[in-house]
Amino acid sequence: MATIVPISLSVGANRIIPTVSIPHPLGNPTLDPAAEKQLRRHLVEKALNALQTDVTEQTVFSGE
Amino acid sequence: MAYRVVHYINQFFAGIGGEDKADHELEVREGVVGPGLALANALKGEAEIVATIICGDNFAAMHSEQVCAAVENACKQYQADLLLAGPAFNAGRYGTACGMVSSFVQKNVGIPAVTAMYKENPGVDIYKKDLYIVETGDSARGMGTAVPAMAKLALALLKGEQPSKEHGYIERGVRVNTFYDTCGAERAVTMLLKKIKGEPFTTEYPMPVFDRVEPRPAVKDMKSATIALVTSGGIVPKGNPDHIAASSAQNYGEYSLSGINDLTADKHQTAHGGYDQTYANQDADRVLPVDVLRDLEKEGVIGKLHEMWYATVGNGTSVANARRFGQEIGQKLKDAQVQAVILTST
Repeated sequence: MATIVPISLSVGANRIIPTVSIPHPLGNPTLDPAAEKQLRRHLVEKALNALQTDVTEQTVFSGE
Repeated sequence: MAYRVVHYINQFFAGIGGEDKADHELEVREGVVGPGLALANALKGEAEIVATIICGDNFAAMHSEQVCAAVENACKQYQADLLLAGPAFNAGRYGTACGMVSSFVQKNVGIPAVTAMYKENPGVDIYKKDLYIVETGDSARGMGTAVPAMAKLALALLKGEQPSKEHGYIERGVRVNTFYDTCGAERAVTMLLKKIKGEPFTTEYPMPVFDRVEPRPAVKDMKSATIALVTSGGIVPKGNPDHIAASSAQNYGEYSLSGINDLTADKHQTAHGGYDQTYANQDADRVLPVDVLRDLEKEGVIGKLHEMWYATVGNGTSVANARRFGQEIGQKLKDAQVQAVILTST
């Protein structure tokens, strides 16, 4: 889970989830705490979904 | 007066035998043995092979300290100016032994060493930073090109010359200062124009080559899976107890998540010096999503959040260190029977 997807690709990660921003990949300080946690949960669920998906090559899970 | 060279070879190239003789104990003979004859000719009288060290590949692997000490003694006894080792081609144990004794002699005798291997020999990765390793073919059929190349590089080092690309050694990842007639901006623009025209150009700053790993199969049963958290975003307990450096990290930390349902500003922080720390220090879950994974654990979406988390700082961290951290952390997670890892990066 990282914000700079080209770096994740260049270092060889196989399942990549694009995130929010460099200093807060899994958060957004402009949101209220409940909405921020919901955003984080959504991203982690995407990661769990990626882990449950078979891939044959480097894959960026950018969809919703 | 000719320079004095000591040559290290294995039992096979000494003509003693193959795998059945790989336990052959180290011995030192005066003069040339095996490929030493061709090397001596290629040195054209400017350097002389005064002694040959012969050692079985298994013996070298299993008695490394003894072998290094014996090679050191031989170099001193024969007043060597340089050590040649190999060529080892794609023989893994032989290449590793050549790298080991060459590196040891450079450090402990203070003389240069030259070895030669195929680029995929495991000895290359371990020793290329310390050594000039001439690139060879993958088998002894490459002897004809390996020998003159080793001799040429050896003579350059003996004469105190700076080896260059033409010597055909495997890139060491060492940057050397040089002067150019034109400034960087001009060279960069020239390079760009060549690129646009589709002409060949040579970069002055090659990027490191990263490993590719076959993707692991999907997790079949998330409800019973143990998931671990690993981060290069520097999330550590308050006070950074392992003193992980803010940049060029030399280590990683292993911390317990026992009893932690949420990362909080009074107990957690980031050690990372490469991004604005404000948001991670306010709430480290923004980098390491412990709170959400605890919820998902409680709801039974995942089996379990692994009891330890691992953290380092990915900020100018060397590829060599990162590889070592990755291998060690990976082994620990495997031993703990973790099924999957979420790796977060800032």
